[in-house]
Amino acid sequence: MSAGDFSSDRPSALRRKLLFGMAAVPGLALLPRAVAAAAPAASVNSTGLAVTDSTVTVGILHSITGTMAISETGSVEAEKLAIAQINEQGGVLGRKIQVIQEDGASDWPTFAEKSKKLLVNDKVAAVFGCWTSASRKAVLPVFEQYNGMLYYPTFYEGLEQSKNVIYTGQEATQQILAGLDWVMKEKGAKTFYLLGSDYIWPRTSNKIARKHIEMHGLTVAGEEYFPLGNTEFNSVINKIKLKKPDVIYMSVVGGSNVAFYKQLKAAGIDLNKQTLMTISVTEDEILGIGGENIAGAYACMKYFQSLDNPNNKAFVPAFKKMWGEKAVIGDVTQAAYLGPWLWKLTVEKAGSFDIDKVAAASPGIEFKGAPEGYVRIHENHHLWSKSRVGRARADGQYDLVYETPDLMEPNPFPKGYQ
Amino acid sequence: MLMGYSFADLGSIFAMQAFAGLSLFSVFLLMALGLAIIFGQMGVINMAHGEFMILGAYVTYLCSGFFSAFLPGLYAIYFLVAMVLAFVVAGALGMAVEWLMIRHLYRRPLDTLLATWGLSLVLQQAYRSIFGAREVGVELPEWMMGSTHLSETIDIPINGLFVMALTVLITACVFAMMFRSSWGKKVRAVVQNRTMAGAVGIDTERVDRYTFGIGCGIAGVAGSAFTMIGSTGPTSGQLYIVDTFLVVVFGGAQSLLGTIASAFSISQAQSTMEFFLSGSMAKVLVLLGVVGILMLRPQGLFVIKVRR
Amino acid sequence: MSKTLFASRGNLVGLLLLAVLLLVVFPLVFDIFRLNLVGKYLTYAFVALGLVLCWGNAGILSLGQGVFFGLGGYCMAMFLKLEASSPENTKIQSTPGIPDFMDWNQVTALPWFWEPFHSLSFSLVAVVVVPALFAFVIGLAMFKRRVGGVYFAIITQAIAAILTILIVGQQGYTGGINGITDLRTLKGWDIRTDHAKLILYFINGGLLLGALLLAQFVQQTKLGRLLVAMRDKEDRVRFSGYDVSSFRIFVFCFAAGLAAIGGAMFTLQVGFMSSSFIGIVPSIEMVIYCAVGGRSSLIGAVYGTLLINFGRSLLSESFPQLWQFAMGGLFIAIVMVFPDGLAGLYQTYAAPLIARRFRSGRGGGRIAAASTGSRVH
Repeated sequence: MSAGDFSSDRPSALRRKLLFGMAAVPGLALLPRAVAAAAPAASVNSTGLAVTDSTVTVGILHSITGTMAISETGSVEAEKLAIAQINEQGGVLGRKIQVIQEDGASDWPTFAEKSKKLLVNDKVAAVFGCWTSASRKAVLPVFEQYNGMLYYPTFYEGLEQSKNVIYTGQEATQQILAGLDWVMKEKGAKTFYLLGSDYIWPRTSNKIARKHIEMHGLTVAGEEYFPLGNTEFNSVINKIKLKKPDVIYMSVVGGSNVAFYKQLKAAGIDLNKQTLMTISVTEDEILGIGGENIAGAYACMKYFQSLDNPNNKAFVPAFKKMWGEKAVIGDVTQAAYLGPWLWKLTVEKAGSFDIDKVAAASPGIEFKGAPEGYVRIHENHHLWSKSRVGRARADGQYDLVYETPDLMEPNPFPKGYQ
Repeated sequence: MLMGYSFADLGSIFAMQAFAGLSLFSVFLLMALGLAIIFGQMGVINMAHGEFMILGAYVTYLCSGFFSAFLPGLYAIYFLVAMVLAFVVAGALGMAVEWLMIRHLYRRPLDTLLATWGLSLVLQQAYRSIFGAREVGVELPEWMMGSTHLSETIDIPINGLFVMALTVLITACVFAMMFRSSWGKKVRAVVQNRTMAGAVGIDTERVDRYTFGIGCGIAGVAGSAFTMIGSTGPTSGQLYIVDTFLVVVFGGAQSLLGTIASAFSISQAQSTMEFFLSGSMAKVLVLLGVVGILMLRPQGLFVIKVRR
Repeated sequence: MSKTLFASRGNLVGLLLLAVLLLVVFPLVFDIFRLNLVGKYLTYAFVALGLVLCWGNAGILSLGQGVFFGLGGYCMAMFLKLEASSPENTKIQSTPGIPDFMDWNQVTALPWFWEPFHSLSFSLVAVVVVPALFAFVIGLAMFKRRVGGVYFAIITQAIAAILTILIVGQQGYTGGINGITDLRTLKGWDIRTDHAKLILYFINGGLLLGALLLAQFVQQTKLGRLLVAMRDKEDRVRFSGYDVSSFRIFVFCFAAGLAAIGGAMFTLQVGFMSSSFIGIVPSIEMVIYCAVGGRSSLIGAVYGTLLINFGRSLLSESFPQLWQFAMGGLFIAIVMVFPDGLAGLYQTYAAPLIARRFRSGRGGGRIAAASTGSRVH
């Protein structure tokens, strides 16, 4: 990572000294790589978490088997990379991070069971995990009851806010609105066709999109949902051909994407002429779809692997070094990478691993080394972040075509969009 | 729904929906043919059918990689090679499975269901360990991805035509094999009365093994063809299993003709409903309809009397 | 099933052993976290018990038992959710007093079919009656027309698929794919505390033993013997003047009711219910619990459920990849090598040993049975 990371270590060490008046090593902040004698475990951990004088244990909870393994693999890889990098730089409060990884097996009750195990038996200081909303909803009561800390990486539908969760992905308005404004302005789009998989995230996202479109006096030509895993789209493609919407707005997830784009191309719809905007296809999904089938489509999210900034230029090679040259990095993978770093920065600001102190210290934490540029945690535990529009290339990468000039404010309970 | 469309539009709707229905029909039929042989003729409930299809898809993926690396000149036709290989590989695995597992279970059809479900778990994990948890993208030769532009709104996808042609070819082969060859006679004899077939000198074990192998091989070819329209990942096979079984059962399990008829009616119903309703509701209504009709007519559309 | 006094005494010993294991040994050995897990596993055992009657005895394999488990669970969850969504708790919503997921989906009034679930007694009745009625309709349609065996399995599987799509699609009324989450109290009693979990565990264990006794009773009545007879020679039973379909419908409904009780207990102990139980995968897994136990042994079904779930929890903690192989391999091995499951192993290896001891000294018999019995499990 670039040197920018460490400047934010300074106030945390300072604060720790002020708070505890301990003989904390002053050099720690300036020389993070030095393995310094850390504060005794009892002083930074008053609630019995798995913290020793030299280690701290965290959990990773994703599906590595079952249908969701396709999506969640990238998040696990990113989290492990971040943790390895943090350890290389001396760990958190002078303690090396140890990882207990659990498999959610694409099954929501299993997520609940494993999160309970991580919190109750393993007493982990933080958990990085979950992907689908359903898995998050299943573990949320567990985290609130046993007071754990979850860093959740996926862009999601919003309508949630918890003391025990930091949402490192975008909530729906953050992801959607800027992209819609861009496509209205740049493409002069007047009519939209909304397509999604049939579950909460696409439905909520399309609801917000529809309100926004109608607020601008424009038209939604159609809105349709398909069962998860659906592979037949010819009928809806026919409808699209007849209604000729200016924009096809897509929130179909998983294997259905592959089927949709292949059938779209086969039906003779040229994405260089027909504007299509997706909020669900990251570089990860393009691997399965095939770049040649989706080239020309626009995606609206906060991160693309091709972003041109110093942080990302360090992050991408590091990721490939650890996980192979062929590895690709999508929006969620990047958001998962933020989790461990944000946690480290928060812990060091709080000067303690205690969940309550970490939760309280979270708002305002900035991570200047984020591959997406710069993020800051909002009062509502979501991230301030930019919104970007990218255009798919045939090689499976996106070209950045637009980014918001300012950070977008996260607004999980958007007024006027509910 | 008719409002807002001109007559020209209605004409193209009709043409394109007819084509969408036909291509869905070929997809269903291709999925179901292998199972119709295995389940319909042999009475084995092969829950790993989807995994055999995905095996074909992975073979195609490997072939695509191999051709683009070593034989780029022949890339345009790699798909044909891949389909043959998919048939051979899936068929060989099928025969191995028959020899190791299925042949011990012919008297317990419900147990084949559990054993093959176990097999499907093992295969899924094997794919995951070998190819990774992510979906793989199977690249297609350029000529297969285009479409024929007939009019402003009517485009005929080449891969749709390809799947249709393939379906016709395989169906014809299966029919020729089952009803025109001496081997087909043996298969039918074994299906109708295993003991008597054995008594008149048919090597029933061998017939079983080859029948199972061919059924799996056809699944492999289907999987290979589906790389054109669907996804290839460790768990993609599961998506097909309910549809496939319903098609076979709805047609009347022992009747190949029934399988064709049921694939046709289900696909037409689904594609029409999808046009007028949202995707999810269409699917629910079609499944409900099929289940409802099966409750009224449990033997399926076509019945062949057999003595077991 | 109906051999001699010894067989039924064996049953009694087995039942007592199981009761001791569930109600004494587990609570002593496990901490509350593990005990809650065991409680969760035991809710699946209800389904497995039903399957023993349905599949092992009557020969009807349902691949849709998850439907009934889920329906039971949803009935319970609806009551709990309504209690958790009191107007005070939900005052930040645009419509206070309705469950949060409805508010997110612009549902502005409680749908009519939710209304009765304000009442606990109605909900408790609905837990059993709704799934049993559903099973009755399915059973009536299928068994009257003599659909059986493979066809029944495939049709129930399709029903599971349909219901999943419906529940996920109608998320404004059902919570969709997320399910009904964040359940807190039962008539003001916080079900999330350790103390409540302990009590729920014992209630669950007691109910399971009760269900086991009831199922055993059904097995030993004339009805149970008829079911076995129908499985083996359906025509002869029919020619003897029995209405085969009614018996089948009864046992299918009975199994559905048991599964539903399991589902309701699941909701109470785990604190949520989602559509992921209704699908095909969980339904088939529940069949394997029953198969591992030995498909016609009720007690075996409970041990089978426990064994597989413990295996999953422990193995998947250390080797998730291996677990999939192990689970698949187990399916195959159970079918190929041990078609009678744990109960079969017990009969072949342990029972003769016990019988020998039993003959040598009457007094030591029961203790020997106890020790060997527990070794098998």
